[in-house]
Amino acid sequence: MMRILIFVLGLCMVLVYQFSSRDKKQHAFTLCATCPPGFELTNDNRCVLRNLYQQYESGTGDDTGVGGLKTALTSARDGFTPQQIDLGRYLFFDPVLSKDGSVSCATCHNPEKGFSDGLKTSVGIGQKKLKRGAPSLWNVAFLKKFFWDARATSLEQQMEGPLYAENEMGTTRELLLQLLNQIPAYQNLFDQAFPARESGSIELAEIYTAIAAFESSLISLNSRYDQYAHGYHKALNHYEIEGLNIFRSFVARCAECHTPPLFTNQQLAVIGVSEPDGGPLDPGAEKTYHDETLRAAFKVPSLRNVARTAPYTHAGRFDTMREMVEFYTKGRGHEVPLDERLRIHWHIGKPQLSQYEMDRLVDFLKTLTDESFMPRIPEKLPSGIEIPQVASVQISSRIQKP
Amino acid sequence: MLGRSSRVPAPVPTYFDQSVTSEDSIGIGAGTITGRIIAVRKGQSIQDAVGKANSGDLIRIYPGVYNETVYIDKDNISIQGVIENGEWPTLDGQKTMNDAILYSGSGTLVENMKITNYKGNGIMGQAGNNYVIRNNWIIDAGVYGIFPQFGKNGLVERNILTGIADAAIYIGMCDNVDVRFNEVYGNVAGIEIENSRHALVEYNYTHDNTGGILAFLTQGLPIKTCYDVIIRNNYVYNNNHDNFGAEGSAVSHIPKGTGILIMAADDVTLENNIVSGNDNAGITITDYAFAGVDNANDPESEPNSDRIVLLDNFMENNGNNPVDDVKALMITKLSRQGPDIIAVGGGVGSCIANPGRYRTFGVDNFASCQVRETRRIISYMLERPVAPRAIALSEKGKMTYFGVCSGCHAYSTRLVGPPVVTIQALYKNNPRGIVDYITRPIHKRDDYPEMPPQDYLTDDTRQAVGEYMLTITR
Repeated sequence: MMRILIFVLGLCMVLVYQFSSRDKKQHAFTLCATCPPGFELTNDNRCVLRNLYQQYESGTGDDTGVGGLKTALTSARDGFTPQQIDLGRYLFFDPVLSKDGSVSCATCHNPEKGFSDGLKTSVGIGQKKLKRGAPSLWNVAFLKKFFWDARATSLEQQMEGPLYAENEMGTTRELLLQLLNQIPAYQNLFDQAFPARESGSIELAEIYTAIAAFESSLISLNSRYDQYAHGYHKALNHYEIEGLNIFRSFVARCAECHTPPLFTNQQLAVIGVSEPDGGPLDPGAEKTYHDETLRAAFKVPSLRNVARTAPYTHAGRFDTMREMVEFYTKGRGHEVPLDERLRIHWHIGKPQLSQYEMDRLVDFLKTLTDESFMPRIPEKLPSGIEIPQVASVQISSRIQKP
Repeated sequence: MLGRSSRVPAPVPTYFDQSVTSEDSIGIGAGTITGRIIAVRKGQSIQDAVGKANSGDLIRIYPGVYNETVYIDKDNISIQGVIENGEWPTLDGQKTMNDAILYSGSGTLVENMKITNYKGNGIMGQAGNNYVIRNNWIIDAGVYGIFPQFGKNGLVERNILTGIADAAIYIGMCDNVDVRFNEVYGNVAGIEIENSRHALVEYNYTHDNTGGILAFLTQGLPIKTCYDVIIRNNYVYNNNHDNFGAEGSAVSHIPKGTGILIMAADDVTLENNIVSGNDNAGITITDYAFAGVDNANDPESEPNSDRIVLLDNFMENNGNNPVDDVKALMITKLSRQGPDIIAVGGGVGSCIANPGRYRTFGVDNFASCQVRETRRIISYMLERPVAPRAIALSEKGKMTYFGVCSGCHAYSTRLVGPPVVTIQALYKNNPRGIVDYITRPIHKRDDYPEMPPQDYLTDDTRQAVGEYMLTITR
C-alpha cells in the first residue's frame, strides 16, 4: 500500500500584518475571500457545496439521503460566505470563547483527532470531566439533529450547549459579547464577515453563524470507499470488499442504521452498552423527548473517519473498532443492567460473527477515512491567545491507495 | 360513535386518482440486454462474471452448485439461471455464508435461481431502482428471502419461498412495487410491505406461515410512512405456523394464525382476498402498540392505521384457536371463536363494505366504503424506468473539481498542488493533456509533492473535469 503524505500548506494565504501602536501590539487579519475545498463560490459571494454524490438521485422519499452506493446525500447546510467561514475558523480555535480563556471548540473537537478528542468523555473548563464523548464534526453539514441525545436541531442551537455549560466552556452570553467586543481585531473581522450589519458591536447570532459556517465546511467524501462507490472497484482490496459485504449483510446489519452514503440514518437507537466505570445509566434521548421508551437511546453516529475517532460510543465504552464490532455479536442486551428494561433496537441480535468476519469489518471501516479537506489551524488568533501546540502541528492528510 | 350500518361515507383515498397504463411491466427496464452474454458453468464463479460484466450484460448461470456471495455494485446487470431437465443452478451458502445476492445497482434482474442455506438474505438490494426478481426458488435462506430496500420501481413475481425466519418477501422502504404470483409458505411472515409507498400485492398464495401478508409502519426508520398498499386477489390460507422469529424482531410478536396484519400503515385496501383457516384472526388492523411490539417510540412517525379500506373479501373458517387477548375481546361479543376481522387501537377514516358478512370486532366505527373496487390500479410500477439523474458534462466537471480537486488546487494560490491558473497556462486548449496527466501523473516539479493518480474517476469524468478546469475564472 502506497501512502502519500501531503502537507497542507494552507488553503488561503491569510495576511497577518504586524504593526505597533503606541500602547500594544496588534494583528490585522484579513478574511479569506475564497471558499474552502468542496465549495464553489457563487456570483453573490456564497460557498455552495459540490460533490460527486450530486450526480445521483436521492433514495426513496424526499431528501432522506439514505440508500446504497450511488445515492444522493441529504441536503447540507451551505451558502455561507467565505468570510463567514473563515471568521468561524478563528472563533473555533479561539479559547477566548470560554470563561477563562482556556478552552476552545477545538479543545474537544481537535482536527488532529478526527475533530473529536480521543477521550472516553471530554474534559471541560477547569479539567472537569464530562459525561459524554465529543462527537466528530466531519460532515456535520448533513446532520439534522445534534448531541448524542438529539436535543438540538441546528448547529447554532447546539453550540449554545457547550459555550454556556458551566463545566464545558463556562462562559455566559454577556461575558462572550463583552470579551469579543473588547478585541479590535474581532470587531474588524465581524465587519468583514457581516458587511451589512447595522450595529457596531458583535452580536451572538453573528458568532453562531460564523461557527456554524466553519463547521459546515468540514466535508469528508473522498475516502477509498467513495472511490469504490463511484465505480472504481479496485479502490478496495479483497478483504475490504468482504468487509463491505459483511457490513451490509443482514447477519451483521451494520448498514441498516449506519446507512450509506453518510453511514448514519440519523435516527435514534438503543444499543444497550453499559457505562464505563460502572456509572449510572445515561438516559440519553429519554430526557430529550420525555419518553421512557427512548431510555438509553442515542443518535446513530456517522462512521465516516471512524478510524480517527476512537474511543467509541457516547461515553467511550470501547477503545478500538474491533471491540466495538465485537459488542454487536455478543448478544442482544448483554450489557444492560439487571434493573433496567431497555427497548433494545430490533437490529441488535446475536449475529455470531466469526473472528475473521470481525477483522474484515474493521478492514472495511478503515476505508471510510478521508481528511483531504482538512482546514488550516490559524497561526495567530485575533484574541492574541496562543494556541497550544499549534506551532508544532503540521496537519497531514493521508491519501491511501490500495 | 358511528354504527355498523352507518351510511356516512368514508373519504375516497387519493391514490385512486393515479393514472396507470395497462402494460404491466413496461416501466422496468431490468433485463433489457444491450451487451454481452456471459456464461457461468459449474465450477466457475458467478462473482467473477459480475466483475467482468458491464452495464447491459446478461450473466447466464448453468445448473450446478455455487457456494458464494454474489454482489452487484453496477447498473443494469442481469443474472439469469438456466434450468435444464429440472436441474437448477443453485446458490448454496452451506449455512456459513451471509447472503446469496447483494445488489446496489439499478436495473438489476435476478431470475431462475435456487437459493438455499444462507444466514442473512437470499436476495437483498440496498438502493437500486428498476429491479426485477422473479422465478426464484428460495429455501431456508436466512432472515429474509427477497429483500429490496430503498428501491423505486420494482417487480417481485413468481417466486417460491419457504423456511425464512422473518419475512419471505420483504419490501422495505421502497416505492412503486408490484408483488404478485408468489408462493410463500412455512415462513414467519409471508409477504411484508414495510415503510413503503405504492405497493400492489396481488395473486399471491400465502399459506402455513405464522402471518400471511403484512403491511407495517415500523418506527425509528428514516422513511416515516407506509401508504397506498393494495392487497387483493391473494389466497391467504392456514397461516398457523409456530412463530420462529428472532427475539426482538417485530414479526416475533405475530400470533400464529394471522392471515393479514396491518400495523400503523395508512391507505391500505383489501379486496377479493380469500382468507381462510387462519386460527387467530383473518384480518387484523392495529396501531403500533400491537401484541407487545416493544420498540422505542419514534416522535416523527404516526402510530395508527388510518384510512383502511376493506372491500369484499371471501372469509371463512378463521379464528378457530385465537390467542388469549383476542379470545378475551371476543367474549365481549359473546363468541368464543376468533374473528374474521379485528380492529384495535386508534385510527381514522377507515371503511368496510358489507360488514354483516363477517364475524368482526372493533369495526363498528368504520364507515361504509364509497369505493367499490380497485380495478383502475393495474400496477404500481412506473410507466417508465426511473432514469438516472441527468447531469450535463460541465456539471459533472464542476462537481469533480470542487468535490475532489479543490482539496489540493485553488484558483490562484498554492495549496498542495499548483494553482489552477498555472495549470490553465500549461494546458491552454488542451483538456486531454490534463486528463492524461491526472490519469498517470509524472513527478515534474521538485517544489511540489507527487500527485496521486486520479484513475479511479471514470474516463468521461476525467474529461469533464479537464475541460472544466480550463474554464475556471476564480
